[in-house]
Order: sequence, then C-alpha cells, then structure tokens
Amino acid sequence: MAELLLNVTDLEIKAGAETIVHTVSFALEKGRVLGLIGESGAGKSTIGLASLGHVRQGLRITGGRAELNGRDILKPMQRDSLHLPGASVTYVAQSAAAAFNPAHRLIDQVIEATLWHRLMPRAEAVERAISLFALLGLPDPARFGDRYPHQASGGQLQRAMTAMALCPKPELIVFDEPTTALDVTTQIGVLAAIKHAISQTGTAALYISHDLAVVAQVADEILVLRNGRMVERGPVERIFQAPQESYTKRLVSLRRAEKTVQAGGDETLLRVTGITAGYNKGASVLQDVSLDVIRGETLAVVGESGSGKSTLARVLTGLLPAWSGQLVFDGKALAPDLAARDADTRRNIQIVNQIPDLALNPRQTVDAILSRPLAFYFGLKGAALRQRVSLLLDQIELPATLADRYPAELSGGQKQRICIARALAADPKLIICDEPTSALDPLVADGILDLLMRLQREVGTSYLFITHDLAIVRSIADSVVVMLGGAVVRSGRKADVLAPPFDPYTERLIASVPEMRLGWLDEAIEGRTRFQTPEPQ
Amino acid sequence: METGPPSLADGTETDIKVMSVLAAPKAAGLSLWAMLARRLALGLVLLWAVSLVIFAGTQILPGDVASAMLGQQATPEAVASIRQELGLEQPAAVRYVKWLGGAVTGDFGRSYSNRQDIAKSIAPRLKNTLLLAAMAAVIAVPLSIGLGILSALHAGSWIDRTIGLVTLAAVSLPEFFAGYLLIAYFSVTHFWLPSSAAVSDSMSLGQRLVVMLLPCLTLVLAVVGHMMRMTRVALLNVMASPYIETALLKGLPRSRIVWKHALPNAVSPIVNVVALNIAYLVVGVVVVEVIFVYPGMGQYLVDHVAKRDVPVVQAAGLVFAAIYIVLNIVADMISVIANPRLRHPR
Amino acid sequence: MNRLPPLTPLALIGLFGAAAFVLLAAFAPWLAPHPVSAVVGGVWDPPSADALLGTDNIGRDLFSRLVWGARVTFTIAALSTALAFLLGIFLGFYAAVRGGWIDQLLSRLNDLMMAIPTLIFALVVLAVLPKTMVVLVLVMATLESTRVFRVSRAIAADLVVLDYVEVALLRGESWRWVILREILPNALSPLLAELGLRFAFAILFLSTLSFLGLGVQPPIADWGSLVKENKDGLLFGVFAALIPGAAIAVLVICINLVVDWMLQKTTSLKGTRRNG
Repeated sequence: MAELLLNVTDLEIKAGAETIVHTVSFALEKGRVLGLIGESGAGKSTIGLASLGHVRQGLRITGGRAELNGRDILKPMQRDSLHLPGASVTYVAQSAAAAFNPAHRLIDQVIEATLWHRLMPRAEAVERAISLFALLGLPDPARFGDRYPHQASGGQLQRAMTAMALCPKPELIVFDEPTTALDVTTQIGVLAAIKHAISQTGTAALYISHDLAVVAQVADEILVLRNGRMVERGPVERIFQAPQESYTKRLVSLRRAEKTVQAGGDETLLRVTGITAGYNKGASVLQDVSLDVIRGETLAVVGESGSGKSTLARVLTGLLPAWSGQLVFDGKALAPDLAARDADTRRNIQIVNQIPDLALNPRQTVDAILSRPLAFYFGLKGAALRQRVSLLLDQIELPATLADRYPAELSGGQKQRICIARALAADPKLIICDEPTSALDPLVADGILDLLMRLQREVGTSYLFITHDLAIVRSIADSVVVMLGGAVVRSGRKADVLAPPFDPYTERLIASVPEMRLGWLDEAIEGRTRFQTPEPQ
Repeated sequence: METGPPSLADGTETDIKVMSVLAAPKAAGLSLWAMLARRLALGLVLLWAVSLVIFAGTQILPGDVASAMLGQQATPEAVASIRQELGLEQPAAVRYVKWLGGAVTGDFGRSYSNRQDIAKSIAPRLKNTLLLAAMAAVIAVPLSIGLGILSALHAGSWIDRTIGLVTLAAVSLPEFFAGYLLIAYFSVTHFWLPSSAAVSDSMSLGQRLVVMLLPCLTLVLAVVGHMMRMTRVALLNVMASPYIETALLKGLPRSRIVWKHALPNAVSPIVNVVALNIAYLVVGVVVVEVIFVYPGMGQYLVDHVAKRDVPVVQAAGLVFAAIYIVLNIVADMISVIANPRLRHPR
Repeated sequence: MNRLPPLTPLALIGLFGAAAFVLLAAFAPWLAPHPVSAVVGGVWDPPSADALLGTDNIGRDLFSRLVWGARVTFTIAALSTALAFLLGIFLGFYAAVRGGWIDQLLSRLNDLMMAIPTLIFALVVLAVLPKTMVVLVLVMATLESTRVFRVSRAIAADLVVLDYVEVALLRGESWRWVILREILPNALSPLLAELGLRFAFAILFLSTLSFLGLGVQPPIADWGSLVKENKDGLLFGVFAALIPGAAIAVLVICINLVVDWMLQKTTSLKGTRRNG
C-alpha cells in the first residue's frame, strides 16, 4: 500500500450564498493519478485549485479539510511552511498561451518558482528545466527556453507549462484541462508527453477534464463530479467496465451510435466548385475547395483549427464573397455576395452557430427571436404567428412556456435548441451547422445531435455540418469532406472516407481521436511513431 | 480581481487615442523599424490634414472673415482694405498653399491687430509655455504613476478608496477654480506666493520658478487625477490576466507579482496614459496662463481670438495642434517599442 | 436590462447634487429673490439677509445670478450633449454596421477632428463665428460628437461581429433594423455612463469658454461667466468670488460620483472567471 499524499474530506466551497462544492472527499496516494471528470459547473477547477490551497476571488471554503502529507493546507500558516502553492504542489492551466507572461522568456518563467522557494541554485534549475524540456519532447531543449511565449506553438507551450510545473520537483501536479484547447492531432502528443513525464518523475497528479476518454488514458482512479457533488469514485477499470451510477453509465456509453448511410440520395442541393477565398488580399484561406451537399443528407466538413472550415461557412452564407469558383444551389447559380442574393435564397440557407450565447440577442425574448423570421419571410401575424412559434418550440422539445424567457434564463442546451428553431422557422433547404455542439457538455451535445437527426428525418432538411470531432462525423454524416490548411484532402461517402487506404493526414487524424477505452493512447502512440515529427511552429 | 472604488475610465477629453486607429492592424508582419517609420509618416500626414482643417475652420466658414474681424466698425472701405491685405481676393486653395508654405518655413505672416511678426511673437511665448508644461509634467508624472501603482497594489483597501476619492475630486475641479483656490490661500490669505505669474526677461531663473509655482501646481492638479486613475485601471486590467493567476499559484507575493509580472505588461498602456495627459497639459495651459497672466501661447491665443485676429489664431492653433500630435506620435512609438511581440519577432 | 448596482452613499450624494442642479435650473424664476441684472447694493457687498451670498462686481445679487446661471449652464450643456449623442451615436453605429469604405471614411474624418485638442479647435472656430448661444451649442455639440462617435462605434463594432447580428444580416434585415433592434438595446448601459461623463465635460467646457470670455456673452451669464466677472474680487479678499467656481466643481463631482457608481458593475465584472 502506497503512502497517502493528499487527503480531502468533506470539502465545501461557496460563492456568496451558493454552494459550488458539496462535501467532496477523496484521497490520493504518492505517485498516483486521480482523474476529476465532470461538466462545466461541476466544480472540478475549484477543487483542483483548493488542492493547492488556493481559492479564486469571490469563493470561500466553508467546510472540510484538505491535508497534504497530514498537514492542513487550508491554513495559511501551514501553507507557507509547505511552500504552497508553487513548490510541493504545482499547476498546469488550460490555456498555456494565456498562462505564460508575454513579457518574459520561457526559461525564466519555468524556473521562477524553483528559485523563489530556494529549492536549488539557478544553474541547477536551468539544467533541470532543459532536461525536462527534453523529457517532454520539446525541440532543441537547450535553447527552447530562450523563446518568448509568442514564439512557441500552443502544443509546445502546454509542454513547457508541464515542465514549469515539474521543475520544483513537486509531490503533486494539478492539471486543469491541459489539452482541451488543443487540436486532436496536437493533443495526442501532449497527452503522451504528460503521461510519460509524470510516470518518469513519479509525481502524483490530479487530472481535470470534461473528456472521459482523455482522462482514462492518464488516470489510475476516477472521480466523477456533477453540479459540485461526487457521483462516483473508483479505479478507472471499474468505472469503465462496471459503472454504477446512471450518469456515469451515460458518460461511458456516449456516442456509440452510428448513422447508417442510406443509399439512393443523389440529387445535389448545393454544388461548390473550385472556391478560393480569404480576408486579406494575397492571403487566401481557402484554396480550390469543391464539395457537394446531397438533398436531405448531411455533409460533414472535418478539420482542425486553421483548416478553413469556418471560413467555408462564411463563403456559403455570402458574408465573405469568394474570390473565384462557382456556387450552385438548388439548380441555380448562387451569388457570392449576400447583398446580391434574393430573399428566397437567403431564407433557404440558414445557419446554426457554435456558441449559442453569442447567437441570441440577450435583449429579445424567445418569442421575439422566433417570431421575427416568421414575420420577415412569411408575413405571419397574430394568432397564426403565435401558433407557429409554439409549434416550433414543440419541434425542438421545449415547453411553450419558455416563449417569454430571455436567453440568460435558459441553459446552454436550451439556447442551442432555440437557435435551431430560429433556423427552422425559415423553412430552409440547407442548414449550415458550424460546430453547434463543441461549446456544450457531452451529454447535452448528444441531445442536440439527436434532435438534428430527428428533424432531418421529419422535415428533410440538408445539413452542412462543420466539426473537428470525428466521433460526431461517425454518428451523423452521410458524406465527409476532410480539410487541411484551406484545401480539401479527402472527400466522399462516409464509409469510403473513414476506411483505408488513407492519405497520411486522415490516417493521423483518425488515429488521434481519443477512444472511450483503456490503453488507447499507448496503442495510438505505438502506431503513430512515424508521424512523430513535432507539430509545426 | 477588481474590487474597491471603480474607475472613472476617463473624465474629460484625455481619453483620446489619436493614433490608435491610424496604427492599423495591417501593420502585422512589419519589422519594428518599418512600423515606427510607418507611424511617423502617418503622423506627418495627420499633421498636414490638421493644417487643412485649421485653415478651413477660419477661412471657409459662413460669414466673411474681414467683416467678422471688424465687427461693429465694418465700413465697406475698411472691409475692402482688410480683404486685400489678407489676400482674400485670391482663391482659398492659393491662400492655403501660401500659408502652409510660410508656416513650414517658420513664417506665419503679420498679426492684423498689432502688425507684429507672428513668428517673432510666438517664439518666446512658446518657450514659456513649454517650460511651464514641462515643470508640471516633471511633478505630475512620477506622482500619479506612483499613486496609481500604490492604488492598484492595495486595490479595494482604504488606501485605494481614499486615493480614488481625492483624485475624483481633482478630476472634477475646473482649472480656474483650482487656480483661484490656490490664489485665495497662498496669495490672498498668506501672501506667500504672488497671484500673478507675469514673468519677464529681467527676472532670474530662481525668481521665475517661484512665480511659476502656483500655475504649475494648478496644472498638476488638472492632470494628476486622470493620470493616476488611468494608470490604476491599466495595471488592474493586466492583473486580471491568466498569467497573473499563474504567478499567484507559484506562491509569489503580491508585490513581486505587481513589479515583475504586471508592470512590464502595463508599460505600454501607462506610457499612453502619460503621453495623453501631457498632451492635455499643453491644452490646460491655456486656461492656467489666463488665470495667472502668464505670458505664454495660451494667453496669446485667447487674446487674439477675442480680437478676431485670424492670422495669429491660425498660427497659434497650428502650433498647439502640432505639439499635441507630436506627443501622441511619441507615445505611440514608445508603446510599440514596449511590446515584446514586436521586439522579439517569431 | 442590466440592472444598476446597489446604491452606495456616495452615489446617493451624487444623485442628490445632480437633481438639485436640475431643480435649480427648472425653477429659477421662483427661487431667485431678485431679477438677474438688478443692482441691489454696492460692489462686492458682504452677505446679508437681502443678498444671501453678497453682491457681485457691479452690485447685483450673487445668489440670484447663480440661480439664473444654473439655467443657462444646464440648457447649453444639455442641448449640446443631446445633440452630440444623436449625431455621434447615429454616425458611430452606422459606420460600424455598414463597415467597408463608409466606416473608413467616417472613422478617418473623426480621427482628424480628434487630432486637434477640443479647446483649441473651439477657440479657432470662435475667432470667426458670431458669438451666439446657437453657435456655442453647435460648436460644443460637434466637438463632443467626435468623442461619442468613437465610443459608440467601438461598442457597435464589438456587437456587430456577434453571431446574432450576423444572423439578422443573413436574414436580410435593413441596417435600420440592425441598429435599432439588435445593437441599440445592447449598447444602452455603456452609453448611459458615457452620457454622464460627456455631460460633466460639457459643463466644464462651457464654463471654461465663458471664463475665457468666449462663451456665453453678457448680459446673459452662465456659471463660467460669473467666475470671470467676480475673479478680481478675490484679490480684494472677497471670498464669495470663489462661489461660482465651487458650484461648478461640486456639480461635476456629483455627476462623476454617479458615473463611477454606474461603471462599478462593468469594472467589477472584469476578471472574475468561473468555470468548473
């Protein structure tokens, strides 16, 4: 039995009168990794920071204990003698790009805590930092630290931040969603580097994430949280094989379903040929992009950040007129510029955005938001209008009583449903979905995807579905387009695109998507060694 | 991160960042020197455009300049003679080119009201004005930055609240009230300092400085509030960055976080704040000079506005605008240099 | 609607002071004991029962002139601020919504106007224009509108890229709809604080011009004119001469206290993050 390192009992944290964390208890042994998993608002970060003896402004600890090696870290006096935070417990933030100070070189930031807590002389700290850079697979470790944060890529900064956390030889590192902001092909490398580094140094870790598939690759034990309460705790194998709580069961079995592609749909609704477009002259973001959307089907456009997939949406909506290439919609040429499109064309192409908070006017009620397109396109008024609005709410599985609410009074999932209803109100032939679920918690996102699929079966709308998530592609798409650096690298029916023989990028992309099973990471890394070139600058 | 007394983000017109929009985002990718050269060039273009506005403002507005200058005594003969003297028979474009050509070579023509060479009248007054503004800046800049940092260091405490309240009052005082308040105390009640700052060539430097003390203090009061509040806000904005939390989680004390992690990133906004307020000093000087009868550019301008002496007003207006713009260019260039992303390109 | 933060004692003082000023301006004819230009005593008489604050440089009742002056100051400052906001908000929103060359043109012209210090610009223009109240209001409104333009364009430019405005544009809504229904309701709270700031600045600016003798012309007098008329009294030890200046200072402090209170919410929200 290993030695107990961190022991948290009945921790309670409040923001004002509201309780954020309800009597959470867990223990962590030396050298082990505990995964904290939960949706937004589950209290994961708050618990993670409390393990460093830190609470954010506006929050306060109102009960319970947190002991590190038997000493209460919630007491300021104890914290000082333990060099806490910063020495015995350290922290890796979600966005390393924001968490590094832009004014100082990386090396100075990496060794700062080590020097401040007088753990070793400067030369030794620099040497340790360089060896950590090497351990984490950073390029040119001896000179990497001379860079400023803006001179390194997101994946490199995340590795450097891990080096910073390891430098003071801590007993515990708190990783707060360290790979969430990264693309999947970058994430897998960083994840492997983190796993390698903590096992090499024998450091214990709290690994916080909303993604069970990711946590499962690193953690020995898992603690599932929801709304600040503990749901379930246990070894990672047990959680996967025999989840006990229904919430955990849903998390584990997330998105196993796969849409079966119907043969036969062959009438093209939207044909895009040779589109080139960009924001600044001379720097095109899209190069020679061609694709077809079949009537009544879903075309998934997959790509990572910088692939040009969102730019493609702007080109199709006419907000960003293409420089060259043709658009044909419903058998007619589609004007590149929104201003040149007639009302009926505008009505037939609707959009659902990524972040529902930004897509709904906070000063309009649900009723006003849904009524406007009905009045604008169809001239509906009075009772007919009211009837149609409640019908729409019914279609998106929300009660009609929500009509009087403002967006701020709705949950994230409800807001996204309102956005879908607004698009639906125009009775469009095509809805462009721009990552509509990526800002939502996994279970909520699943509900939205189910809704979209049901609507397609009922109304026959076509979707152009932009996403970075191959798991979503599997469950909703009929055809797939893979984009990289503004160009299409692969396209076709889903079964063909997602089956070998692959082009190198698609193969790497597929191999990088975390799978909901143990041991995925190790296998993927093994199979991936030939792509082991560090991600581009 | 922020609590305590809120900020009066900007009180009067010192919130202007003249060059900000000119320094278009397109500049990304240019080298530091190219960027500085570009801003300098833009500043010169702006200066030229301002000369156009000032000229247009006095020449093309409704009403006839000549009759405006004469006011009640506008006999047709007098109007005609002025029109000829000012060259008003010529097209506006020709007059503008002549005027600008003269201004560039330091020739502003002659005053209508007293027939003196304007450039010769301006030179000593400009020196006086700059001296006064510089003296005020030397006191005000360190004082307000110091207070701003102190306030940010103790954000939310009674120190912060007190400084906030005092500077709010300072921001709200019109210069003339502050000036007369100082006169009432130092000159009328106690006879410590003279109420008039009419310096002359015969005075020694020491005498000059004593006389200039009250106008200088008035100016300091006029800018210190803004400068302090804007410094505090700039610093607190930086303190809300994620990298400050990183520093906090390294276990560093607040003083080190402010000095080492926040200040280097606040340099560029603070430099802007300082430059804007020094630019404001140059304008505030107008009122202060009138209060204390100080023979500078401001008094000169106000006198001749009252006399409707258009050539003098044009010249003085252009000089004021030029100083203002140059200070803005300098601020802009310093904040470019202070940006680590530009100093160390990828 | 973003509700305002809870009232603080300082905000209450500010609101009270500002309200008192408005009442003074509105009920001047009933509050002033003497007609505005009636000579009621000697030069700079000390305060008495008849002249509460004493008399001015030619023997008029200072208190009455202060009450009447509030009316002039309020009218000109309020009119010019209102005009500046109408013009500045409209053009600022229009520039942000239309974008492209319209935005470029309006923004560059505005930069140019702002490159000349307000006071200097006003002095240059007042050197040739007739010194009437209408001209004064128009000049002040024009100069203030450049500041309003900048603020409202910035607010609208932040809003116009939001998805809900884009959705309205995609639907084909006119720019009038976008400005009135999508942007204006969401820009009201920041603009309200700006309104307070600009009103305070208008009062200071008007007083300064009048103090320099270039603003309100005799026989009409605003608070700045009263400062100018009585300033020499101070040198003779008449401290009542400080009262008009003090009145301006108190009023502006009050308005700034209110603005500070309104801005409290926006400032205190900054930097508080809550996730997980």
